[in-house]
Amino acid sequence: MAKFKKPSVYFVAGSLLIFLVIQGLISTGTLNDYWKGIIFWGGAITIVTLGLNLIYGFNGQFSLGQYGFYGIGAYGSAYVTYHWVRGDPAAMVVALFGSLLVIGLYAALAWGLRRFYGVTVKARFTFYLIITILGFWASVVVLVPLLGPMMWGFFAALPEAVAQPLVFFLALISGGMLAGITSFLFGLPVLELGSDYFGIATLGFTIIVKVLLDNTDTILPFPAMKGARGMLGIPRWTTWAWVFGTLFVVIVIMRNLLHSSVGRAIVSVREDERAAELVGIDVANAKILAFVLGSVFAGVAGGLRAHDITFLHPQSFHFIQSFNPLIIVVFGGLGSITGTVFTGFLWIVLLEGVLRLFLPSGYETWRFVIYPLILLMMMLLRPEGLFGTYELPFLRAAHVAKRQAIAQKPEEVPV
Amino acid sequence: MTNALVTRKRGKRPARFDGLILNRISLTIFGACGLMLLYVLANGFYRNPGVFIQQVLNGLQLGFIYALIALGYTMIYGIVKLINFAHGDVFMVGAFSSFYAISMLDLHRWPEWVWADAPPALVTLPGTVTVILLSMLISGALAVVIERFAYRPLRNKPRIAALITAIGVSFFMEYFGALPFVYTNNYQTYDRPFEVTVFSAGQIPIWVIVSFWVLLGVSVGIFLWLSWRWKCGDVAALAWRRHPLLQFGLLFGGFMAVVLTLTGVPLRIGDRFWELSVSSVMLVIMGSSIVLQVLLQYIVAHTRLGMAMRAAAYDKQAARLMGINVDMVISATFAIGGGLAGAAGVLFATAFRQVYYLMGITPGLKAFVAAVVGGIGSIPGAFVGSLIMGQTEVLAAGFISTPMRDAIAFSLLIIVLLLWPQGIYGEPPADKV
Amino acid sequence: MKGRPNNLSVNVKSRPVVLQLEDVTHFFGNLRAVHNFDLTLRQGELVGLIGPNGAGKTTVFNLITGVYRASEGSIRYEDVELVGLPSYEIIQMGIARTFQNIRLFSNLSVLDNVRIAYHPHAGYNMLDAVLRTRRFREKEAEMTERAQEFLEIFRLDTRQNDIAGSLPYGLQRRLEIARALAAWPRILILDEPAAGMNPQEIDQLMDLIHFIRERFDLTVLLVEHRMRLVMSICEWLTVMDFGEVIARGLPDEVRSNPKVVEAYLGREAVVVR
Repeated sequence: MAKFKKPSVYFVAGSLLIFLVIQGLISTGTLNDYWKGIIFWGGAITIVTLGLNLIYGFNGQFSLGQYGFYGIGAYGSAYVTYHWVRGDPAAMVVALFGSLLVIGLYAALAWGLRRFYGVTVKARFTFYLIITILGFWASVVVLVPLLGPMMWGFFAALPEAVAQPLVFFLALISGGMLAGITSFLFGLPVLELGSDYFGIATLGFTIIVKVLLDNTDTILPFPAMKGARGMLGIPRWTTWAWVFGTLFVVIVIMRNLLHSSVGRAIVSVREDERAAELVGIDVANAKILAFVLGSVFAGVAGGLRAHDITFLHPQSFHFIQSFNPLIIVVFGGLGSITGTVFTGFLWIVLLEGVLRLFLPSGYETWRFVIYPLILLMMMLLRPEGLFGTYELPFLRAAHVAKRQAIAQKPEEVPV
Repeated sequence: MTNALVTRKRGKRPARFDGLILNRISLTIFGACGLMLLYVLANGFYRNPGVFIQQVLNGLQLGFIYALIALGYTMIYGIVKLINFAHGDVFMVGAFSSFYAISMLDLHRWPEWVWADAPPALVTLPGTVTVILLSMLISGALAVVIERFAYRPLRNKPRIAALITAIGVSFFMEYFGALPFVYTNNYQTYDRPFEVTVFSAGQIPIWVIVSFWVLLGVSVGIFLWLSWRWKCGDVAALAWRRHPLLQFGLLFGGFMAVVLTLTGVPLRIGDRFWELSVSSVMLVIMGSSIVLQVLLQYIVAHTRLGMAMRAAAYDKQAARLMGINVDMVISATFAIGGGLAGAAGVLFATAFRQVYYLMGITPGLKAFVAAVVGGIGSIPGAFVGSLIMGQTEVLAAGFISTPMRDAIAFSLLIIVLLLWPQGIYGEPPADKV
Repeated sequence: MKGRPNNLSVNVKSRPVVLQLEDVTHFFGNLRAVHNFDLTLRQGELVGLIGPNGAGKTTVFNLITGVYRASEGSIRYEDVELVGLPSYEIIQMGIARTFQNIRLFSNLSVLDNVRIAYHPHAGYNMLDAVLRTRRFREKEAEMTERAQEFLEIFRLDTRQNDIAGSLPYGLQRRLEIARALAAWPRILILDEPAAGMNPQEIDQLMDLIHFIRERFDLTVLLVEHRMRLVMSICEWLTVMDFGEVIARGLPDEVRSNPKVVEAYLGREAVVVR
């Protein structure tokens, strides 16, 4: 076992402390349900925004689609648990094993496509789309009768205290995978566009998702989502431990990924796409990796949010909302994980908590007058964000010591 | 230093096949989907041509309004590379200023102030024009103010800062407007500046239709003649071909002739009979949209200001070195863009008879998408894109799925971007290696 | 002008051909930027490609590295046809290049710039990175070590943690070559490496090019305007004008070729001493 470095120890200890303090406040009832909700919401938004930071801050792809994936994840995982607690494992099987099947098929297809050269992205997209449809169709037809009773039996045998978190975990994973699959399909052709056009297309995506969510019961075959009336009856399973744990894992994943060769490839695309391609980086691959990962984060966060408020409405995934992560990520500092986390919580606590509570009654609408003014002030005074590119030591790239002078100097080198 | 670098390992490369066949397969699939879509539309037309054409006319009306908004988006993006999210709210302010001018000041009947019993035509026409001009003035001034205080301080900062500011300005204008003492957060009924008359088959005198066809014919004739002169080596002919009057004749003559023919001549197939109609609102929208469009085209192509705009859009630094006052040019661009949005606001409110503090979001976004579809930065692109957008929206609502109309309109954006990554008229960016 | 002139017999014909361009033609719209371009690179050669501005030299580089897809003709690297392959695959196969105007990842550290180019040879995947496996730690350490070796060669090791964009111009040029080398190329394509350098720096650069060529057994293809540099280090030259080859041969022969003098040297005689 490698020895842990000091920053890692401090980081883990500090996180644990924060976790315990807030857990204590919740357990003792100091934080009422309203503030608990605010903190959970802040956690979910922070995870969404970390995803956006990966896409925009580190990979340089201006995206407004984060709320679309957030919505897909929220509705997806909520649909799974909604049916599960009502004794129907079919949704779980399709969302979990169907997604896994589709991902497996993707891997097979990618391997097959590598044998061809000059395949356009649009052609790839077509094949991936067909495979996705086939995969989910097969999972409905084959996997549901096959695995459904088996899974149900397995979970029935487990004690309730184990089964419920496990189901929740699987539901979150399903939501994340559904968001990831969608983002892969969407990103494949669209990431090819330049940065601004990509942003516009993702904005379109968010709007399309919202319209689809409005019509889940009429056009899409998901009657339990109840379309524009909003989805009710989602179990309230999200706890502070879930929110914090997910956030922690997401931060660690991002940190570990970014400070590796893969992460540097992702960042190099932001710096100069052409140059990255011409030093041997598979730019399309790096872009799709960042985009899918960021969307998976958003999907998981959606699941957390859905199981906290237990009520989902398409209006909360309106494209206007999707400016929120963008604003947070710019406020925190593009490319700063620390900034994102700090600002994400601050944003929700300030906007939904403080402003809502402390404005005198009758002046609630002033919230949205004050909020843009904060935006303007912030951008005029500190356009690079609160944290700029500052990171906590743990989240920084490890400092590389100068190489030890090698015993035998290399032969006479010019320059 | 090890010599491992010299003996680099080279993985064995498997044989690879040409992916052309895969590309063809996917093209076939896409083509089949496109054909299916065409079939749906053709089927709609076949089953009820009257309704179909009426929908196309409605789409045209929507498209012309979008065009006015889209022009602002496209010009502003072209010159400062900013997605001006506040533009839709400038449009909203335009609608509201005309709303107040009409409901409080009675401005649309000002000729009656000087001449108490003027004939209606002499009241309506100057009154409407005044209302539109006032809205344009207010919105243009507003856009300039926004630019001066929100965007200019950020000109040398990262682009994202200005974008966030634009979002902020947009929210501010919406929710400040929603405050009870500004214009409340309720829908308000809008009084049109002129009485609406609906023309249907037989109500349009045949000589009007014919005269528009004559206008179109003459314009096309002149255009062809000038093209021929240009081919023969007459350089001046090229400039004449772009003359605003000629363009106006082509566009206005063309659209009016087609629209009036469609509505004025009864549509009869076999024993089926459809009565199409066109309202005066539609004609006003079409007329003013085309006039403003041609005017803008003229400004950009033929005036010193337009030249400065094009120079600044191409390279601000170089333009500055050439003695162009770039700040002034940008202000002028915002003024023109805001003015057009204001006009669009009046026309939109006239068409839909409602004003609302969030009314700018959806048309603004659609117009922006239209500008992108046409190729952002290009003025004809904005026009064409808007017409396409209007048609898509209306036809999608009418013949594919009404609740999905927005989803289909935005799918159009994505599909167009996949086919033409810079939009229809856009130019690819130069990435010199 | 097909095939090589006889006077190239000086070249060691026994060396294997690594890169062969045959009848490469490229159009930008209606403009023919490169026309029937032939070039054969043999293992270990140091070849110059010269010509007046706008002759199509950089376009040739872009065609080789897959930035543009050649309209016609074939580009073969060893036994692989490069036309139609994406850039990154071409680079990964062993052709690295630098840029006419420096394109570093200017917000990243000097070390990271080099490590990015090493990415295709990293030897670990995403999962290793996220889980910080043993393989990740070993390969990452090895990668860093290698990158530092390159930086040492280019005398950049003292500035490895600096931001690349903050380096002075000459060092940025050197870093760019270091970055290209980190991709483990067999062919190195240098696009005007001496642009903006003073004579002393050019001397250093010449030594450096010689050194890395020997050290890494490279084949070097060079576009350059400084005739002094080209004439003194290239083994043979190809001269282009208006997208076509107008002369090939040893530096001295090219210099006295009337066509070349007319197209190029005549106008820049001052530079040529």
